[in-house]
Amino acid sequence: MPEIKVTPLGAGQDVGRSCILVSIGGKNIMLDCGMHMGYNDDRRFPDFSYITQSGRLTEFLDCVIISHFHLDHCGALPFMSEMVGYDGPIYMTHPTKAICPILLEDFRKITVDKKGETNFFTSQMIKDCMKKVVPLNLHQTVQVDDELEIKAYYAGHVLGAAMVQIKVGSESVVYTGDYNMTPDRHLGAAWMDKCRPDVLISESTYATTIRDSKRCRERDFLKKVHESIERGGKVLIPVFALGRAQELCILLETFWERMNLKAPIYFSTGLTEKANHYYKLFITWTNQKIRKTFVQRNMFEFKHIKAFDRSYADNPGPMVVFATPGMLHAGQSLQIFKKWAGNEKNMVIMPGYCVQGTIGHKILNGQRKLEMEGRSTLEVKLQVEYMSFSAHADAKGIMQLIRMAEPRSVLLVHGEAVKMEFLKGKIEQEFSIDCHMPANGETATVLTNPSVPVDISLKLLKREMALGGPLPDPKKPRTMHGTLIMKDNSLKLVSSEQALKELGLNEHQLRFTCRVQLQDQKPEPETLSRVYTHLRSVLKGSSVQLLPDGTVMVESILIKVSSSPEDPDTKTLLLSWSYQDEDLGSFLSSLLKKGLPAALC
Amino acid sequence: MKLYCLSGHPTLPCNVLKFKTTTIMLDCGLDTTSVLNFLPLPLVHSPRLSKLPGWVSKDGSANLEKELKECAGRVFVDSQPEFCLPEKELLDLSTIDVILISNYHCMMALPYITEHTGFTGTVYATEPTLTIGRLFMEELVNFMERVPKAQSATCWKNKEMQRMLPGPLKDAIDVWAWKRSYSMQEVNSALSKVQLVGYSQKVELFGAVQVSPLSSGYSLGSSNWIIQSHHEKVSYVSGSSLLTTHPQPMDQSSLKNSDVLILTGLTQMPTANPDGMLGEFCSNLAMTIRAGGNVLVPCYSSGVIYDLLECLYQFIESANLGTTPFYFISPVANSSLEFSQIFAEWLCHNKQSKVYLPEPPFPHAELIQTNKLKHYPSIHGDFSSEFRQPCVVFTGHPSLRFGDVVHFMELWGKSSINTIIFTEPDFSYLDALAPYQPLAMKCVYCPIDTRLNFHQVSKLLKEVQPLHVVCPEQYTQPPLTQSHRSDLMLELQPPPMPYRRCSVLNLPFRRRYERVYILPELANSLVPSEIKPGVSLATVSAVLHSKDNKHTLQSVPKPPPVAPSKKRKRVLEEPPAVLAPKPLLSGAVPLEAFLVTLQKHGITEVKVEETADGHILHLQAEDTLIQLEEDGTHIVCDNNEPLRTTLRDLVLRFLQKL
Repeated sequence: MPEIKVTPLGAGQDVGRSCILVSIGGKNIMLDCGMHMGYNDDRRFPDFSYITQSGRLTEFLDCVIISHFHLDHCGALPFMSEMVGYDGPIYMTHPTKAICPILLEDFRKITVDKKGETNFFTSQMIKDCMKKVVPLNLHQTVQVDDELEIKAYYAGHVLGAAMVQIKVGSESVVYTGDYNMTPDRHLGAAWMDKCRPDVLISESTYATTIRDSKRCRERDFLKKVHESIERGGKVLIPVFALGRAQELCILLETFWERMNLKAPIYFSTGLTEKANHYYKLFITWTNQKIRKTFVQRNMFEFKHIKAFDRSYADNPGPMVVFATPGMLHAGQSLQIFKKWAGNEKNMVIMPGYCVQGTIGHKILNGQRKLEMEGRSTLEVKLQVEYMSFSAHADAKGIMQLIRMAEPRSVLLVHGEAVKMEFLKGKIEQEFSIDCHMPANGETATVLTNPSVPVDISLKLLKREMALGGPLPDPKKPRTMHGTLIMKDNSLKLVSSEQALKELGLNEHQLRFTCRVQLQDQKPEPETLSRVYTHLRSVLKGSSVQLLPDGTVMVESILIKVSSSPEDPDTKTLLLSWSYQDEDLGSFLSSLLKKGLPAALC
Repeated sequence: MKLYCLSGHPTLPCNVLKFKTTTIMLDCGLDTTSVLNFLPLPLVHSPRLSKLPGWVSKDGSANLEKELKECAGRVFVDSQPEFCLPEKELLDLSTIDVILISNYHCMMALPYITEHTGFTGTVYATEPTLTIGRLFMEELVNFMERVPKAQSATCWKNKEMQRMLPGPLKDAIDVWAWKRSYSMQEVNSALSKVQLVGYSQKVELFGAVQVSPLSSGYSLGSSNWIIQSHHEKVSYVSGSSLLTTHPQPMDQSSLKNSDVLILTGLTQMPTANPDGMLGEFCSNLAMTIRAGGNVLVPCYSSGVIYDLLECLYQFIESANLGTTPFYFISPVANSSLEFSQIFAEWLCHNKQSKVYLPEPPFPHAELIQTNKLKHYPSIHGDFSSEFRQPCVVFTGHPSLRFGDVVHFMELWGKSSINTIIFTEPDFSYLDALAPYQPLAMKCVYCPIDTRLNFHQVSKLLKEVQPLHVVCPEQYTQPPLTQSHRSDLMLELQPPPMPYRRCSVLNLPFRRRYERVYILPELANSLVPSEIKPGVSLATVSAVLHSKDNKHTLQSVPKPPPVAPSKKRKRVLEEPPAVLAPKPLLSGAVPLEAFLVTLQKHGITEVKVEETADGHILHLQAEDTLIQLEEDGTHIVCDNNEPLRTTLRDLVLRFLQKL
């Protein structure tokens, strides 16, 4: 029985270092190749030794697919391709291909230059890795090889995020990456057709959350920022340079304009302008509204938002600062946080998910005293707010996607085990399909039952459809007969006659002749007509004919009557049938042996 | 399988393909050459045009001076320009299931088809094709609506009248079917029926047919289409290019193994080399500017203009034209320039990689930023105050019958220091200029048509090897003006099937197989037997299910167990229910081996008699005859059913069952 195997090397009952291996129809595919923000040791990358203990991965993988540019989905890519070794194709969408190397370079700089780590991938490795990337367009069917095809769908999570369908023959898997089922200020909602995959591998970050309306959250966010500004406080919003940041910028920009606010908004890191430029060039990946109006007004050209300089952090008066990275685990956002943490007038708004082990995660859990590097402690006095702006599907959204794609089974990744467990129960209950949630290194096996594609001769098909009538009768299913010819990997279904012809075989006729004695005083023609009447009454379902040449024909069985002049009362019935009528012929010969019923005599 | 040809214009095709159960329209081109018969629509009152004399036939019998005006010996209709639509009478257009669009030039008749024929289907096009196609339609509607013409001339269309008119009006076909431009409302409604597709996306139509667009290399988002089922493949090649300009290169390999290849949209300028023309364009432009004249370039607002601007971007500095203003005037100029920058996925590799930097893929962004190129929606408004001469103006429409170009013709036509450079190949430049004669302005004709030429196409066809080629009849003979150039036609073996407007072609197709799916349960129950090395057979008895044009075979459901009959005696009288018919037999029964087998079963007294075709075996003890022949066995056995069945099974041992 064919099966699909799914093994997470990362993101199995966890968030971070997404990396999922799929074996389908003899092909091995790696979905995402991310890093874990919560670790600084070996655990930060997926354990590639699971694939092979020694040597390169090229011969073990048919392709690698990256769903979007977040580092927990692509952060281990140069390590995997250049340091472990992989030379096959890496697929990602155009925006991902454009933005991914920038984030990787940032990540490398923080790790190597700031933390001084060695044995890490280099800038050149990032470049070499990106050379192996094949860009993917939405809905385009890409033939990886003769059997394996992949197709990308819009996922809405960040610019260029994609869900992928992987198909071999009639078996298929869909991997969602991270996705969002509600459109936001700059992106559209994820969409997928009813492709009925055997397995749907879905993220489950918000497996148990049902989020309130986006408008309320936005109003809340603006209210908090506004209040803080009014009382002269400083607001820090840790973000990742691309994605949520743009959405919040659009939000604040329009709010500032409407309320005529004067407090400065800054955006840290030099990436901003560049990032916005990417959004402009890839505007086809944003939502309908932005695409429609971009000729008149480019939403990504901000009037109120200016570039941040490190010295501004000490400026007096209120301000709003967007700073990277989003989980306060390093870089500028952490520096500003340290500066502002002591003042209760200030505020930090965490607009997204924070991985365990990061400072973001700690303060969100209410920790007010933080141990910093060098054994110092930091007292957190500023207000800590959490606003779920992360563009992940919530429980409702996940169920919605399952309804959209109609998978035969679901497999959850990218979430916490407890929450997954809850969602798994809900899915199994509502859809009556299997739901798996393997841990890292654990393999989930899904049996598939593919049907076998065969070429049927049109003659046979048309004959069958004509005989079957326009509507099938469920009570009396018509049975079709044919011969399946298996030759050089091709399967052809033809009528038996055609099969003989195609294979150059002669037909061998097997006939039977059988004489039955019958006592009857009437002349031969009358005997014949009595046989005819008798058979007509017995064989209601078959065609019985009295032919003018003095024979009775039942289907294709011939019956003749003869008698010898010596004994005119003993009639001899001569039955002749071919092997194709064997059952009926055999039945007739034994039936006639019993003589004609008395009523007819 | 049939092909209905609704347009006679080889580069603005409109064909309908009936394939299996689907009806597919391939392109929806609008033949705009008809507008050349009309008088230009000036944006501001033109005393010259209004003073043109009316036309009266020589003998004075026909007087159409209100409708027809004469200019430099040619006669023009003084009315809102009209277009020649695809043929509507050849088949019921409401039966069309889908329309496949290959590029934005070939969709201009869409509103006429989708809005006024009862069409209820879907239109498929790529995103750039839809976006730029919409701009073209908006522009056309805008051109027409901003200079409304009260008069609508129809008298000249009268058969009696038309016969008396001078050519080319006299020879115009189907003039009653010519139509004015559509409205913006019709455009919006038509385009709302478009569904977007990406290259190599597989779109299922009713489960019967799969269509898929392929990059054709001609313009942004331009595509060829593959229309196929599991066993048949039709390729529709329309407007393709192998030159490296801005669009993604043409996908040639996917066209392989076609049963039929429909070939349209070859270059209209088979003798003009686009690169050479580009060079001529630049040098003439520079020459005119240096002499203090203005340059007018009538053009469409997307397509070749991007290449012209890119060429000028490199040329401006070296030719010392840094201070010359370049104007692009069109109601959709801004949109066209902006949109061109956001379709990175549809661009050639070079331009695509610029986006990764991130930089705009086309250099006209820099021309705009540095104020070298300015764009305006029309000559009214800002343009009139900022306009400096000498300058270069890109504007439409290339037919010179409507749009802002009409104004510049009136403005600059009288002076010989100005130059008009024709780059679009759709209109004969002499015809285009006819209503402006006499003209002092210099005329340069550098048509740039990047579509396939005959040399490229024969090479392509050799590569992809379609079984049959269908093409417009124009491609099967050399052009009228160059009848000796046998290299300017398609020569193929077998010869291509030509079509003209209103042709209906029976495509040479023999469909022999269809795809059916055997469900796993049935597949597992099949017992294959090897009949020759590498060839196995299995007999299949199954129930066929056909739904949405998909066929599946399921196991025959087991009949419900018959309730034990009380009348046991009657049971024998019941004829056997035929569940599975006996298989066909093949092979022969070898005499010696058969005799040995008989012996093993206790039948020893066999008399063998040789006949012409084989042997007759007389089983003396049983009084039974077996006639063995090469292609048949006949068992004559009376009154001994057990023996007969034994013999039957023994014979069957030697035969193959199908």
